[in-house]
Amino acid sequence: MLEARNITINYDSRIAVKDVSLRVRPAKVISIIGPNGAGKSTLLRALNGNVRPTVGEVILDEQPLQTYARRVVGQRVAVVAQEADVRFPVTVFEFVLGGRYASANVTAWGWESDRDIELAQNAIAETQLIGFESRLLNELSGGERQRAVLARALATEAKIFLLDEPTANLDLAHQATMLRLIRSRCDTTDSAAVVVTHDVNLAAEFSNEVMLMKDGRTVAYGSPAEVLSEQLLKKVFDLHVLVDAHPVSGAPRITPVHEMKSVPPASAGGSIDQ
Amino acid sequence: MVGTRHSSTNLRRTLFVCAGLFLLFVLAFLISSILGAQRLSFDGALCALTGKSNCSLSAEERAILFDIRVPRVLLAGAVGTCLAAAGAAYQALLRNPLAEPYLLGVSNGAAVGTMAALVFFGAHEWSRPVMAFAGAIVATFLVYRLARGRAGATPERLILAGVIVTTFLSSAIVFITTVMDATRIRSFTFWLLGDLSGTTSNLLAVAFAAAAVGVIALVMNARALNLMMLGERDAFDLGVEVSRVRLIVFAAASLLVGASVAASGSVGYVGLVVPHLVRLSFGSDNRLVIPAAAIAGATFVIVADTLARTVIAPRELPVGAITALIGAPLFVYLLRRGASSV
Repeated sequence: MLEARNITINYDSRIAVKDVSLRVRPAKVISIIGPNGAGKSTLLRALNGNVRPTVGEVILDEQPLQTYARRVVGQRVAVVAQEADVRFPVTVFEFVLGGRYASANVTAWGWESDRDIELAQNAIAETQLIGFESRLLNELSGGERQRAVLARALATEAKIFLLDEPTANLDLAHQATMLRLIRSRCDTTDSAAVVVTHDVNLAAEFSNEVMLMKDGRTVAYGSPAEVLSEQLLKKVFDLHVLVDAHPVSGAPRITPVHEMKSVPPASAGGSIDQ
Repeated sequence: MVGTRHSSTNLRRTLFVCAGLFLLFVLAFLISSILGAQRLSFDGALCALTGKSNCSLSAEERAILFDIRVPRVLLAGAVGTCLAAAGAAYQALLRNPLAEPYLLGVSNGAAVGTMAALVFFGAHEWSRPVMAFAGAIVATFLVYRLARGRAGATPERLILAGVIVTTFLSSAIVFITTVMDATRIRSFTFWLLGDLSGTTSNLLAVAFAAAAVGVIALVMNARALNLMMLGERDAFDLGVEVSRVRLIVFAAASLLVGASVAASGSVGYVGLVVPHLVRLSFGSDNRLVIPAAAIAGATFVIVADTLARTVIAPRELPVGAITALIGAPLFVYLLRRGASSV
């Protein structure tokens, strides 16, 4: 599907990504985790051609990425990045409909077909934005805007999703909904997703594979159980964590251990009723 | 009022809006052709304009109507179309609702070209619009080259380059003005403020050709512009050929502004206010905004020019003064209304 082969990316006279390889396969979700500045987002941007690798290449459906027209790439790869910076009045529906740009079926003068409209409406329904269609994008909260961005990506009908911290502004409920949506999209349509995230527990829960990065390099790449180990996480984040299994799902559960000696343990109020 | 809610734009709505605006344009055209320093009889003029023969117009009145008035009104319309469409395009391309066609040095380039024509080719009448146009294109080219960086000519770099070129050319204009003689300065100053009294059929042809080519090129890229307006990276991700669209839109908009300035000098505020009004009324979809602004812009300048010709008749005001007098307060009103496009 989509593959990065030994890519190195020089960015602003700094090596952002060093010799990283990644393979995106149908129905698989890959999470990329690591500290800030590890090169995760840069790697993601290289996967759809936004950034050109200095060494190595990105292969899409067995051909080098550069050989494709932008439109074709847009049809096959969709990006969910940080919420859009919108300075013009755009409704949620118009925004989501924009995801149909790359699709081939447009009427004369470039107007969307009924199918495009239907797909946009479905995407809005899937992201629980029904009722928001006529609202202006810049009137929405950060989390709602993020869902609109996801809806737009879903509307593209792409098979590969690249998500850059999609749960950043979402409340607990919507974090779960978003990842569940991506997960079910991948499972039901053999799509694939690469998710850059800071939330290691969500990564553990929803991905098939995890790539742990630090300073542009791949520290570990494998199943969540293999990669999310106490030693590897300590090595990368310099943080003491406890890894056990989630009581319900069995997925690795990562709990940071904060050694805060000066804070007394919480005690009940009023000492009289001891 | 934060912003109006708009239903999704579709082809039918666009055609409907454009048809309505076109009717307004026709009305403005008819009225403007009839009004003027030389009062023509209303019935006679209307009759002649609608193509009938045997109207109660003298030969002289006919000549005024068809040889002077109508071409001038048409040129006003063409200038308005060019400026409003270019304004809409610049605002979308630069992702800045305050972008004006003159932000990118085009008008100053045309002014320098005109001055060069007056100074060096004063005898040849045709040299003025040709050199104005050449100046506009050269300035545009300079701005684009200056703005090219690693990530291409991003909106920020374009604006910066535009400001640099504009200020540089302004000083060039001041320099040349000091070596110009007094009579030339006066006519030049008037022209600089926007002056449609020098309408010739050649100018009209050029303006029409430019308007047609430019507006069509913009409309063809309107959908891509919709996405680029929301962020170039997003547009790229969604499949837009960003650098190509940017180049085409920039070139088309510059063609429009260059032709307009060559024909009539710098008519200000049209490119700023008309797209705003259109967006406020009908939404930001460029597939509607660009053609609607093109038509509404024509009407706007026709009205302004009518006022310029009649307010202190038989003398004339520069049309740019009228567009500024109408446009500036209108823009303040838009700002205060809390138009969410600013």
